[in-house]
Amino acid sequence: MTIETAMPARAAVGAGGTLAIEAHDLVKTYPKDVRALDGLGFAVPAGTVFALLGPNGAGKSTTVKILTTLAQADSGTATVAGLDVRAKAPQVRRLIGVVAQRSGADPAATGRENVLLTGRIQGLRGRELARRTDDLLARFGLADAAGRQVRTYSGGMRRRLDVAMGLVNRPQVLFLDEPTAGLDPESRSVMWAEIGRLAAAEGLTILLTTHYLEEADHLASRLAIVDRGRVVVAGTPDELKGELHGDAVHLELASGTAGEHVLAALAPVAGVREARVEGTSLSARADEGAAALPGVLAALEGAGVTVRAATVARPSLDDVYLRYSGRRFTDADQSPATAISGGAR
Amino acid sequence: MSRLTTRPQGSAAGTGPNAASRQPGHQGPASHPADLRASGATMGGPPGPTAREGGSVLSIAAHTTWMTGRQLRAIARQPAYIVIMLIQPVIWLFLFGSLFRKVVELPGFGASSYLDYLVPGVVIMSALSSSMWSGMTVLEEIDRGIMDRFLVLPLHRSAIINASAVLQALTTAVQSILIVLLGWAAGAHYSGGAAGLLVLIATSVLVAIVFSAFSNTVGMLARQRETIIGINTFLLLPLTFLSTAFMAEALMPHWMRIVANCNPVNWALEAGRSAMSANPDWARVGLQGGGLAVLAIAVTALSVRMFRAYQKSV
Repeated sequence: MTIETAMPARAAVGAGGTLAIEAHDLVKTYPKDVRALDGLGFAVPAGTVFALLGPNGAGKSTTVKILTTLAQADSGTATVAGLDVRAKAPQVRRLIGVVAQRSGADPAATGRENVLLTGRIQGLRGRELARRTDDLLARFGLADAAGRQVRTYSGGMRRRLDVAMGLVNRPQVLFLDEPTAGLDPESRSVMWAEIGRLAAAEGLTILLTTHYLEEADHLASRLAIVDRGRVVVAGTPDELKGELHGDAVHLELASGTAGEHVLAALAPVAGVREARVEGTSLSARADEGAAALPGVLAALEGAGVTVRAATVARPSLDDVYLRYSGRRFTDADQSPATAISGGAR
Repeated sequence: MSRLTTRPQGSAAGTGPNAASRQPGHQGPASHPADLRASGATMGGPPGPTAREGGSVLSIAAHTTWMTGRQLRAIARQPAYIVIMLIQPVIWLFLFGSLFRKVVELPGFGASSYLDYLVPGVVIMSALSSSMWSGMTVLEEIDRGIMDRFLVLPLHRSAIINASAVLQALTTAVQSILIVLLGWAAGAHYSGGAAGLLVLIATSVLVAIVFSAFSNTVGMLARQRETIIGINTFLLLPLTFLSTAFMAEALMPHWMRIVANCNPVNWALEAGRSAMSANPDWARVGLQGGGLAVLAIAVTALSVRMFRAYQKSV
């Protein structure tokens, strides 16, 4: 039924691939001049998993709040499933599923009651509602716990219940705000598998926010890196990493080696560039790191430089983040926390 | 670099809203907030399911029922809460009943049995003291993210506020009936009969609606438990004792009578007690009950405003 409402909109978006989400130039300022979003925009093709990646406080959750009709942008426009989120908020709410950062399940109600109430509000009735509820609870491994109050659930169970609640109306677009934050590694991999399955089997569009680089890399077919309320770069994980031109080659040298001597020895080696020596560590880039390594080792041996260890790594999203935001991801992630504790004093 | 960024394409950006406007019953995207509710009902697609989400009274009632049911189940699962809700009135009834038994002998008190006099006092005081904490539930639901989860669902916004009032009305009505029964078991006489008792229960419900809406307003405004606790501690005893809950008006100091006349808790007591007497002054009952009803509407409107402000602050 929800599908029918949206089909005309979907069909009309047209030939060049359907966009499930479009955000354009979103600005949102909270009291005390906190500029959460500063002209943020991106587009998500239907049926794909898209990640907003960024440190805490980058504006990811604010974006999700605006796209899910919870908050309103000061300026800019956004559509979800072809509908303007501000003008068509009631309709958008029928077409989306939302898993917010905080659980939001009623702890005093049972898991089953939580799903039932969500389904009822979404317009399901009677047998259809009961069947959908039982299916979802079973699928997320909550069938046995369905009659228990949610306050007795573990963190992983709550998270799975949240996703089940978000799916009850068979949404076109599912929003997952930090779906694995605070989960243990095992629960995280269960959640990853489920998200991957949802995207593959149901043709669902998923927007997820995360501050885990590997999560975006693993799950998303496209991603946007968000920093200080703006999208700094967007693309597929491979495109973004490809932008860095080549693998990182890292060597640990014996102490007492002169930097200039090493660089001179490397200069004639083909395919190696951006070589830098800091103390005993040498880093460089190579188009094909593994292929270039023997040449590098031979050149250094010829120059009498002892190599203790060598690694070749594909560029990570951390490298991408560093390049576009000028900061290391882990440093940026810490800064809001320090700012808050500093302000509290 | 530019090929990587997925800037919205001009053509695609234009088609979204247009596509929506092509649906039957829509001449372009609704731009005015007042259009929103109407558009919910007229949105294209099959009429059956969409009619359900329109602004109809029936669907608001259904949403309110679900939201109230959710909270009633939560209360039913806390037997301790129910026991406390009942023990407290029992304590008031028998503590004050024994302590002040002899005050009826004071000249001018105007009642023959203190227990008869006390039952309405305990009913209204209990309605006040249990409804005052309603804001704590609202705060907890905001803090836990439960509120925001409901707000991203196609739920009537009014159902959230309505459910709080209906829940308070139901629990207070039950509480009041039980206190009346307890008093009767202890030997109280209700000369006004069923009509008098109904008025008492109705005024207790109005008191509960006034003070739960007030508490919800404070909760959403201050967003701090401590504020609710502080205000409740500050208000409960003055509101109770600056009324005829435990002491007849004739025996109050003059200034206190004036204050009591402005105290909505006292309006409820006076209306209830008068209706419960052998010869009710119905005009006065109507005036005080009506005043209480107007106040209930006003404070509820205030809480709705505050709820809208909360939605904007998210």
